Amino acid sequence: MKKLVIPALLSLILAACSSTGTDNAATKVEDRSGAGVATVTAGSASGSGIAALTDPNNILSKRSVFFDFDSYVIKSEAKPLVEAHARFLVQNPQMKMLIQGNTDERGSREYNLALGQKRADVVKQALMLLGAKEAQIESVSLGEEKPRCDDASEACYAENRRGDMLYSGEF
Amino acid sequence: MTRILTAFRLLLVLALAGFALGARAQLSIEITGAGASRFPVIIPIFQNEGQLPNSVTDVVRADLDRSGLFSLVDLGPLALPESVVPDLPALRGRGADAVLTGSVIAQGGGRYEVRFRLFDTQTQMELGAMALPMMASQNRLVGHRIADFVYEKLTGQPGYFSTRIAYVIKSGTNFELQVADADGMNAATALRSREPIISPSWSPDGQRLAYVSFEQKKPIIYVHTLATGQRRVVANFKGSNSAPTWAPDGNQLAVVLTKDGQSQLYVLNADGSGVRRLASSSGIDTEPFWGNDSNIYFTSDRGGSPQIYRISAGGGSAQRVTFDGSYNVSPRLSADGTLLAFITRNAGRFQVAVQDLATRQTTILTDSARDESPSFAPNGRMILYATESGGRGVLAAVSSDGRIKQRLTVQAADVREPAWGPQPR
Repeated sequence: MKKLVIPALLSLILAACSSTGTDNAATKVEDRSGAGVATVTAGSASGSGIAALTDPNNILSKRSVFFDFDSYVIKSEAKPLVEAHARFLVQNPQMKMLIQGNTDERGSREYNLALGQKRADVVKQALMLLGAKEAQIESVSLGEEKPRCDDASEACYAENRRGDMLYSGEF
Repeated sequence: MTRILTAFRLLLVLALAGFALGARAQLSIEITGAGASRFPVIIPIFQNEGQLPNSVTDVVRADLDRSGLFSLVDLGPLALPESVVPDLPALRGRGADAVLTGSVIAQGGGRYEVRFRLFDTQTQMELGAMALPMMASQNRLVGHRIADFVYEKLTGQPGYFSTRIAYVIKSGTNFELQVADADGMNAATALRSREPIISPSWSPDGQRLAYVSFEQKKPIIYVHTLATGQRRVVANFKGSNSAPTWAPDGNQLAVVLTKDGQSQLYVLNADGSGVRRLASSSGIDTEPFWGNDSNIYFTSDRGGSPQIYRISAGGGSAQRVTFDGSYNVSPRLSADGTLLAFITRNAGRFQVAVQDLATRQTTILTDSARDESPSFAPNGRMILYATESGGRGVLAAVSSDGRIKQRLTVQAADVREPAWGPQPR
């Protein structure tokens, strides 16, 4: 086993060294137990943001816009939050934002991915109407894949129907 | 530098060790419903099979039994050598309609040849004979090939025992894309990730999987060569990239992109080049499935509720395929183009349904409530899908006539996103 692991890890290190940043550090780990299937471990990037974005007393630390069932409309109570983030993007044109749309778990995963995209797009459009530039914002969907809450209850479903705003360094 | 590398190596060993799922997860299959009339067969032990470290005929029997189409008549420890025509009337007297005879011949150097013949005890005719070379370790592979032979001779359709399945296991916050034999054995992990993996799709040659991985915090489509672990990003456009499906020729993929607005269908080459839009709609178009009939079946809410449509792979106008109910999604066409499997919402429950495309007759095949991701066996007889049992994700299979039911579970993990692979070439 040792013989197999060390060269595989070495290639992992080399891959990591030559990584361009957008490339993930995936490489193959030999796994002789399976029928001709090599195992790959996916890398993932994460970082931290600017102080104002994480200060719990600052509205900018709040990142989630919640939606009603089968709805793709931003509710009035979420408007101050969206406005604050739009101001931040306008004042900090170098900052980029990733909006992740989410759905509850009912139904097809791929169809839910498309519904999550609609939620992310709605948040993106609102931010742009308030002055943020399109080049600053990417809207994507996580569908039902990253639930914040795991129970099969209405309260939980409501928690999962949301768009999350992430800034450069946080994704 | 050496010291840094050594420390880094140690960290990686620890990270990888912690990352692996606790146990080598094995799918176990339970039969929950069988065909109304099972075809009685005798599969006795092969002559000199005891020379092999592991049985071949045990694998054949398990495959045929699990298919739900056959019942096994036990002949005890008696071997019927392939070189002798057995007493067919006597075997018929034991209740068998067919009998497989066979011998294992050692050829030195760990090599063997397995010879076998299949007889019909009613007509007293030989249905076929075959010889397969094998190494001692290939008992499962050869057993599946023999089960395929028996299945095809007796049902007239190719067997599916030599095929593989892909699926995703979620254990805590770890995700693994696994590939296993159709009987759940020989499970191997193709990809491990801390982020979700969905929508695996087999290339027609069975060598590659296209899938969606969220490892970069957004859905990106990869094509992954199983034998080498080499992976290539084939779609990473601004927005979401999802729902890959292979063209029957293996050279192109249909995918869903949001780079131009809502989720829409695109076609691209298997290396990610040559992206072109397939269709334009005012709503969501997603979940394409590229059928052997040169149509792409997909889910669209263009008519107000999610329904299944089809469009020629060359483009043109879309035709609606499903009309009953307000939620019909996840279309999959059988290889012969006659049956469409999909998920329908029926009184709040998500269930596997099939539509006979010639008659437009739709049948709901399951009585569960959380079914997802149907996928046909290459011969169209069985449909593999994901469902929930006891609060956990499990895989299940149902025959396309709804009679035969199986459940595939992995201890202490959620299994989802199954995809039945093609017939090996």
